[in-house]
Amino acid sequence: MSTIQDYPSRLSDPASRKMETFSYLPEMTKDQMRKQIEWIVKNGWNPAIEHTEPENARGYYWYMWKLPMFGETDVDAILAELEECHNANPSHHVRLLGYDNFTQSQGANMVVYRGKNV
Amino acid sequence: MNVKAGKKYDAGVKDYRSTYWEPEYSVRETDILAVFKVIPQDGVPREEAAAAVAAESSTGTWTTVWTDLLTDLDHYKGRAYRIEDVPGQDEAFYAFIAYPADLFEEGSVVNVMTSIVGNVFGFKAVRSLRLEDIRFPIWFVKGCFGPPHGIQVERDKMDKYGRPLLGCTIKPKLGLSAKNYGRAVYEVLRGGLDFSKDDENVNSQPFMRWRDRFEFCQEAIVKAEAETGERKGHYLNVTSGTVEEMFKRAEFAKEIGSPIIMSDYLTMGWAAHNSLSKWCRDNGMLLHVHRAMHAVMDRNPNHGINFRVLTKILRLLGGDHLHSGTVVGKLEGDRNATMGWINLMRDKFIKEDRSMGVFFDQDWGSMPGVFPVASGGIHVWHMPALVSIFGNDSVLQFGGGTLGHPWGNAAGAAANRVALEACVQARNEGRELEKEGKDILIKAAAHSPELKVAMETWKEIKFEFDTVDKLDVQHR
Repeated sequence: MSTIQDYPSRLSDPASRKMETFSYLPEMTKDQMRKQIEWIVKNGWNPAIEHTEPENARGYYWYMWKLPMFGETDVDAILAELEECHNANPSHHVRLLGYDNFTQSQGANMVVYRGKNV
Repeated sequence: MNVKAGKKYDAGVKDYRSTYWEPEYSVRETDILAVFKVIPQDGVPREEAAAAVAAESSTGTWTTVWTDLLTDLDHYKGRAYRIEDVPGQDEAFYAFIAYPADLFEEGSVVNVMTSIVGNVFGFKAVRSLRLEDIRFPIWFVKGCFGPPHGIQVERDKMDKYGRPLLGCTIKPKLGLSAKNYGRAVYEVLRGGLDFSKDDENVNSQPFMRWRDRFEFCQEAIVKAEAETGERKGHYLNVTSGTVEEMFKRAEFAKEIGSPIIMSDYLTMGWAAHNSLSKWCRDNGMLLHVHRAMHAVMDRNPNHGINFRVLTKILRLLGGDHLHSGTVVGKLEGDRNATMGWINLMRDKFIKEDRSMGVFFDQDWGSMPGVFPVASGGIHVWHMPALVSIFGNDSVLQFGGGTLGHPWGNAAGAAANRVALEACVQARNEGRELEKEGKDILIKAAAHSPELKVAMETWKEIKFEFDTVDKLDVQHR
């Protein structure tokens, strides 16, 4: 058996901060993002985008980017909107949501652009 | 003058079926319906046995009494209205019984169950008896309190979406000091779990009194939250010997800021549990529910109460999480039957489906759903199957599968979290988890040394014991 390794999580190390679903995986590629968007569209959820300064990431409410894209099913349009939000706020975390209006919940919620954690 | 004569009093013992067997009865929407699996004593006809069950679980007594005639028994009596063969079990049959609404106190599960599974289970005319399912009509559902928060509100409070939640029961279940126990909690939470859990028999023993445990666990939560930036909780078990003590512990959990507490709804008693559930809604506290003692009632295929009934009872009494069985781990579970009661926990309306063991349509109205909890004997290799079977609205709990990691709890937690997220991501991408699970985990382990080691540690474990209680859907 391999030697025991330390789990290097620290209060003092911003790299230890996580951002919920998929934040334990490597940052998504464009192609992976596209597939997650397809999943949201396939489920009939309404895509939405939120962003925040990394230092304010712990609150429930991040900044809403425009309005949720009600009824939008064009994957390229959603991808372009994510990119626009990221370009306008390059240091921010940007997350993609899928609002499920039947359960009054979010079927999906994932950070797709990661800012620099603090 | 046209006078309608009343019934005459006729003392003695009558056949049950003359009063309680009504095959022509058409069921009312307001009736509480029950289906029992009955094995009668030799020589007792099915109709008589079914009628006896209806009688003894409603208005009947072994002999006629004169006071029967002071009321309208036809209005109050339960009726056996249908008999069906049990596939593959010739000596047994299903008896369907309808109970009128007026037999029961509104909002009292205790009252309903005291009637329906009361004296009748010791009744001589039947060799064995099993309550397989109950249909609660909407008037009764609306009169019950239900989950303090439910799936949707818990997700909002914990800010976790699009994936199952991850938990872990702290082990060894007995014998740790409060401070060492808090250490184990801190480690699993910083490693990436959402929740950790007291074991059911952790109450307030001499080696670890409840107040010390609560305080150390809360510090663990606070630090793990600061470290990871995510919301965390530990199910503080408030089950205790008296309700006064239970509420004292619940109040303290709230005072120190714990988001969730836990109870054992069968050993604690349903009235106590119902009170605790109401307290939880009033105090913004999530409620995790364990089911110690359930197998005493639900494991014997011929006698007792099926877990799908105990599931419905818990949803009515209230709880935000309920253990469901895992299908894949060390504990009992037939996949279809388990899916049946998982649906009963989560969905708004469940259609009759015998292939899942569901005998009646069940409408939950606006009652919130309960998270099913898969816990016991599971580890990272089970993750693809668990995500596929349980879907997002579930809590997956790895006890030994977290704490048994060669590098410790935090690494074990991280391994599970990476495996979970990799499976969810792959599922969303349209991949078939139960077929491609191995490939998905191996790829994920390439960037997680913790997962790689977990996969090397647990690869060989298999659980292939046969299920004792199987659905009666085919001849065997």
